[in-house]
Amino acid sequence: MSILSLQGVCKNFGATKIIRNVDLDIIEGEKHAIIGPNGAGKSTLFHLISGRYQVSAGTIRFKGEDIHNRPPYEINRLGLARSFQVTNIFPRLNVFENMRCALLWSRGYGYSFWQLLGRQHSLNEEAMHMLEQIGLLDRAKIPAGELAYAQQRALELGIAVAGGADLIMLDEPVAGMSHSEAENAVELIRRITEGKTLIMVEHDMNIVFDVADRITVLVYGEVIATDTPEKIRANRNVQEAYLGEVAESA
Amino acid sequence: MKSLSMKLLPWAGYLIAMLGLPLIFNSVLAISILNQMAIAIVFALSYNMLLGQGGMLSFGHAVYFGLGGFLAVHALIMIEFETVYFSIIYIPLVGGVFGLLAALFIGSFSTRKAGTVFAMISLGVGELIAASSLIFVSFFGGEAGVSGDRTYGPPLFGIEFFQNIEIYYLAAAWVFIATLFMYLFTQTPAGRMANAVRDNPERAEFIGYSARWVRFISFAAAGFFAGVAGGLFALNYEFITEENLNAATSGRVLLMAYIGGLGYFIGPIIGAVVLTLMNSLLSNYSELWMLYLGILFVLTVMFLPRGFAGFIMMHQVAWAQGKLKHLLLPYLVTGIPALLFTSLCIIMIELSHHEEGAMHVLGITLEQSSSLSWILLAFATAAAFYATRRTLPQLRSAWDTANHIGDPASTKEEDTTAKGAKQS
Repeated sequence: MSILSLQGVCKNFGATKIIRNVDLDIIEGEKHAIIGPNGAGKSTLFHLISGRYQVSAGTIRFKGEDIHNRPPYEINRLGLARSFQVTNIFPRLNVFENMRCALLWSRGYGYSFWQLLGRQHSLNEEAMHMLEQIGLLDRAKIPAGELAYAQQRALELGIAVAGGADLIMLDEPVAGMSHSEAENAVELIRRITEGKTLIMVEHDMNIVFDVADRITVLVYGEVIATDTPEKIRANRNVQEAYLGEVAESA
Repeated sequence: MKSLSMKLLPWAGYLIAMLGLPLIFNSVLAISILNQMAIAIVFALSYNMLLGQGGMLSFGHAVYFGLGGFLAVHALIMIEFETVYFSIIYIPLVGGVFGLLAALFIGSFSTRKAGTVFAMISLGVGELIAASSLIFVSFFGGEAGVSGDRTYGPPLFGIEFFQNIEIYYLAAAWVFIATLFMYLFTQTPAGRMANAVRDNPERAEFIGYSARWVRFISFAAAGFFAGVAGGLFALNYEFITEENLNAATSGRVLLMAYIGGLGYFIGPIIGAVVLTLMNSLLSNYSELWMLYLGILFVLTVMFLPRGFAGFIMMHQVAWAQGKLKHLLLPYLVTGIPALLFTSLCIIMIELSHHEEGAMHVLGITLEQSSSLSWILLAFATAAAFYATRRTLPQLRSAWDTANHIGDPASTKEEDTTAKGAKQS
């Protein structure tokens, strides 16, 4: 049962074709990794699915509903949440407020200006619980912009998953982290995406092969393979196009 | 329980200050200044809903103040001619509703984007309304404006609002209620999301919120409270002109909010009080008060980007550690020559502007035409500047010591609380 389905999706910037005719089906509950060399269009694909960019051609269906070219907030309300490659938080709000804001819409508060946040005890407890999960409970009162890098990444992740979306998209969640920080982050990702569908872009092959149930390889805007990790490893096209490069440069 | 009383304390202080001030300062001039402050506080707080809390830089906020005020005066006229029958105590609400309606209309297109686009639209709309006010004479009354009379309508407990002090207490009640509601707004989902959209509109859209809607709600609320301030203005002055909705008024409210401190709820209140005092007191002493206001603004932007409120809040760390007293002496040592320097600069500015050509300062006669006066002044100013500069490093190091959270006792305590939090 596919939760997300892309058909013939293209994206051009002027004359440059960044995404070429991508077909992709994400199965509900799977952990799916998208890999590919720099400039392959992985982040662009994320932006198209989440509504940041408009598609040039093709359709995107999420839970059977056509979502292409709809604004990000509508797509998010359907249960699709994402994180960003470059940390994208609310820097002047404190860590707790960041988390609480991420919860607001899915908990039905909408644009309410008649409810006081301080009185919403279950909401506040939930925000604190999320902070505990991502290990930032003791940083709750600090402006998010003043957190250390790895902590900001953890918060970034927390904001993405807080709303309880069914499909979570993580764009290079461990980029720029040290080895031990990355290990912790992967552990965290596993924990908080349990039972949910995950799509992730990642460069670290150890993490990809460790976490993913299926892998899609994107090269120059085209999908050259979608398969289980073992078969991707054995795929000659992939080796030539991508894994080979990594092996040589490593 | 303790936290609740801590929360209520500033509000009680605010209420006592508003009720008590006219007992201490009871001259006609003082009451008139207090009335101006009351109006300015509501106006500046409403402006901060846009800029400080919502990240929308508006150059046309006087539009909602002025339109609310105009409708309030028209309501006064209608009460006078008995077209409608209600007490004038509700006039600020009339202003508010009209400010809200205007904001709903203009906000429907201007809040699409923040940043430069929003700022330019606000400027354009401001100019448009100000220009229309001179064209549509029947509503705006042309250059003379429109005037009403607040003493008609049913009296409130026998009060007919002939006296300014009676209007002051009515205004104080409105200011308190408006301040309370504007504060409560910051504590609601819409108010908090306004901060989030200010910080990062893009991310807000990926957690389910339309940045435009969030801005629109703040904009409408700001329009409402600006209209309330306009209604208070109408009650106090009983007339209103085009000047009250033009760019100069829009600029003044920006200055108030900025000088007071955008990042703090109390900032615009401080700004409104300071600027009203400068406006009404300084203008009695010097024709150049606008120049001083301009200098104050530039200095605030350069050296206190978080405004007066930010300056006060800077001392929180030192205060929490009980080290504030160590700053007192360095402040005096630097403050005295700095004050002297400022005074000498002002004397030079005033002397160059003085009509009679001579000034008497502390028994010394300074003449505009005498080069000796100028040389003496220049020398004294340079000396004061030098003294200020010399004492600055001391102040800086005293500041660093007072704000240093490094002594073993406090770090240890921090560590244990951090561990405790992790375990729980």
